Amino acid sequence: MTDLLIKGADLIGKGRKDILVRDGRVAEVGSVSAKDAASFNGTVVDADGLVLLPGLVDLHTHLREPGREDAETVYSGTRAAAKGGYTAVCAMANSYPVADTAGVVEQVAALGKAAGYADVQPIGAVSVGLEGKQLAEIGAMAHSAAAVRMFSDDGHCVSDPIMMRRALEYVKTFGGLIAQHAEEPRLTEGAQMNEGAVSAELGLPGWPAVAEEAIIARDVLLAEYTGARVHFCHVSTARSVDIIREAKARGAKVTAEVCPHHLLLTDEAARTYDPVYKVNPPLRRESDVAVLRGALAEGVIDAVATDHAPHAPQDKDCEWAAARPGMLGLETALSITVLALGGPSAVDWDVVAERTSRTPARIAGLEAHGRDPQPGTEANFTLVDPAATWTVVPADLASLSRNTPYAGMELPVTVQATFLRGRATVLNGKIAEETTE
Amino acid sequence: MKHLLTTKELTRDEAELILDVTQQMADAVTGREVPKLPALRGRTVVNLFFEDSTRTRTSFETAAKRLSADVVNFAAKTSSVNKGESLRDTALTLQAMGADAVVIRHPAAGAPQRLTEWIDGAVLNAGDGTHAHPTQALLDAYTMKQRLGSIEGRTVAIVGDILHSRVARSNVWLLSKLGANVRLVGPPTLLPKDIGEWPVEIGYDLDASLKGVDAVMMLRVQRERMHAAFFPTANEYARLYGLDERRLALLPDHAIVMHPGPMNRGMEIAANVADSPRATITEQVTNGVWVRMAVLYLLLTNGEAR
Repeated sequence: MTDLLIKGADLIGKGRKDILVRDGRVAEVGSVSAKDAASFNGTVVDADGLVLLPGLVDLHTHLREPGREDAETVYSGTRAAAKGGYTAVCAMANSYPVADTAGVVEQVAALGKAAGYADVQPIGAVSVGLEGKQLAEIGAMAHSAAAVRMFSDDGHCVSDPIMMRRALEYVKTFGGLIAQHAEEPRLTEGAQMNEGAVSAELGLPGWPAVAEEAIIARDVLLAEYTGARVHFCHVSTARSVDIIREAKARGAKVTAEVCPHHLLLTDEAARTYDPVYKVNPPLRRESDVAVLRGALAEGVIDAVATDHAPHAPQDKDCEWAAARPGMLGLETALSITVLALGGPSAVDWDVVAERTSRTPARIAGLEAHGRDPQPGTEANFTLVDPAATWTVVPADLASLSRNTPYAGMELPVTVQATFLRGRATVLNGKIAEETTE
Repeated sequence: MKHLLTTKELTRDEAELILDVTQQMADAVTGREVPKLPALRGRTVVNLFFEDSTRTRTSFETAAKRLSADVVNFAAKTSSVNKGESLRDTALTLQAMGADAVVIRHPAAGAPQRLTEWIDGAVLNAGDGTHAHPTQALLDAYTMKQRLGSIEGRTVAIVGDILHSRVARSNVWLLSKLGANVRLVGPPTLLPKDIGEWPVEIGYDLDASLKGVDAVMMLRVQRERMHAAFFPTANEYARLYGLDERRLALLPDHAIVMHPGPMNRGMEIAANVADSPRATITEQVTNGVWVRMAVLYLLLTNGEAR
């Protein structure tokens, strides 16, 4: 049953509308009379006081399947996505085996379809095994059933400049792009946290901001030189923002994402030595957070991406240096984005829709997503309660893992419902258990 | 004090109390036929060493035995992370065995702090990564007090590989808290970034930095660091930052020369300087036992029944 009537939703913060969905697509946006509503033969959702957004799209999700199903699966990860308001996620390539062949990306896409909680768009590896030595079969992945457009060695930087140049050139044949994890590896050997006053005191080897900025600067130049598209993953420093701003002003085909944790937390958190705060790139300084927030509001940073990185307990319940980097993000991203963009009363919902849905969908080439509801579009959207708050309880999260840095924090905005092609994946704040389309 | 993790978290009163009790320990044991006190009889102190350090482990073991504690050396086989039993499982094992105090040496900064979350007993940091080594700083302070009479107003130069030195960090916080002026001296490659807020002066020129010091503390420098371009060669390092006899002559007459050991003779310190009467290196070792007795005693008895 994918007929749906959403009544009285605040459409992207621009006013009350009823939205009628038939067969998974929007049929009508406007005002449905009480009589028509009474005779409606599908699911009716009273959205009074709720804001409707196009379904969120995540450019950067680690679903951990295949390989680390103890930390997350496509099923559990997409349930977490739905709970966070997402209708599509881009699955990073660093699984075991690595998503560097058509077989693996097709498997991930198929698992996503079978789960049915969010569309799963696999990202392919740039190099075989993420090793930076030999190009992966990018063409095979692009022409596979998974139709991969975005390629990334995320977790590793494509640091070899000739490898990066060739990859940028190669993906032009099908309008693809390279998503770069910008980290000059020689500058971050052994690095554990942001290099600065806090790392100096804690005696944890530093990850200098310049290691990110140097690669972003280089890749902006390579993208311009080759005329190719580059996307920067998890931008974390103020100077990176400067470089991207300038590149865009010159017309380079450059896009960038920021993670929620880089919009809220700082390297001060490392003082606890609790590895739940260990992430790559690391939490930076307060001044970086402020610049990233400004850049997101302005659009220099195009999108919020979660870098959702589930980890099994033993990979976090240890000393800092032994812990794996990464934190959960899907279920908290919208709340933190709203917080970073001024809080629920001041936030411009159109900017939220732009940065969490429309632009990431456009970057990833997901044409059915990131669309404001109008007759004919797929009914992929999210209803959020702008007045509600919630407290993050790790055990209550849909993810299989518990490594959220927000445990105990009260956050604004709750996701009340998520619809994928008109079918509720989340309703009344609860995950729908029947998902077959 | 429940644990001793860093000198930064000590108050000045606590630091001075430890130094006073150190003196009492030295007085109580020195010259006795049986150099033992009954203070910790029936208590179990576990030495949990993930790095090889015979010197420090032996010092802690001696200190605990002189207080009549039962000492268990838990030789953690692995010295690197990600191998063998996890730190948490080791902690739970020690907890189940009922350790009253755990003395931990670990290559990862922050490991002792993590340990406090998993066990009830006192945790004593015997060196964690490049973070802290509080008993070393306390024994250094005690040695200075003994040799110089006081710490307040004294000037101490700490020379060498500050970046990788937990000894330097612990001394910076402790000595500045006790009223000393601290100078950090080394090549910029071996100084941490962004230490403008530290209560120290920073110098790159050793000759200039030795003017008017009361103590100079030479840090061990690993020769292997030159392979990561921290300095060109061991010879150049020794020329620029080694304490040789010419530089020793630049020091005021009363100034002392310290080294936490183990030394690289000919690298950061010339052999003749290490063996000169102004060097306090063996006294530091002796004082290490008194300091560790004091800390174990204070942590395990809350200072009662003195």
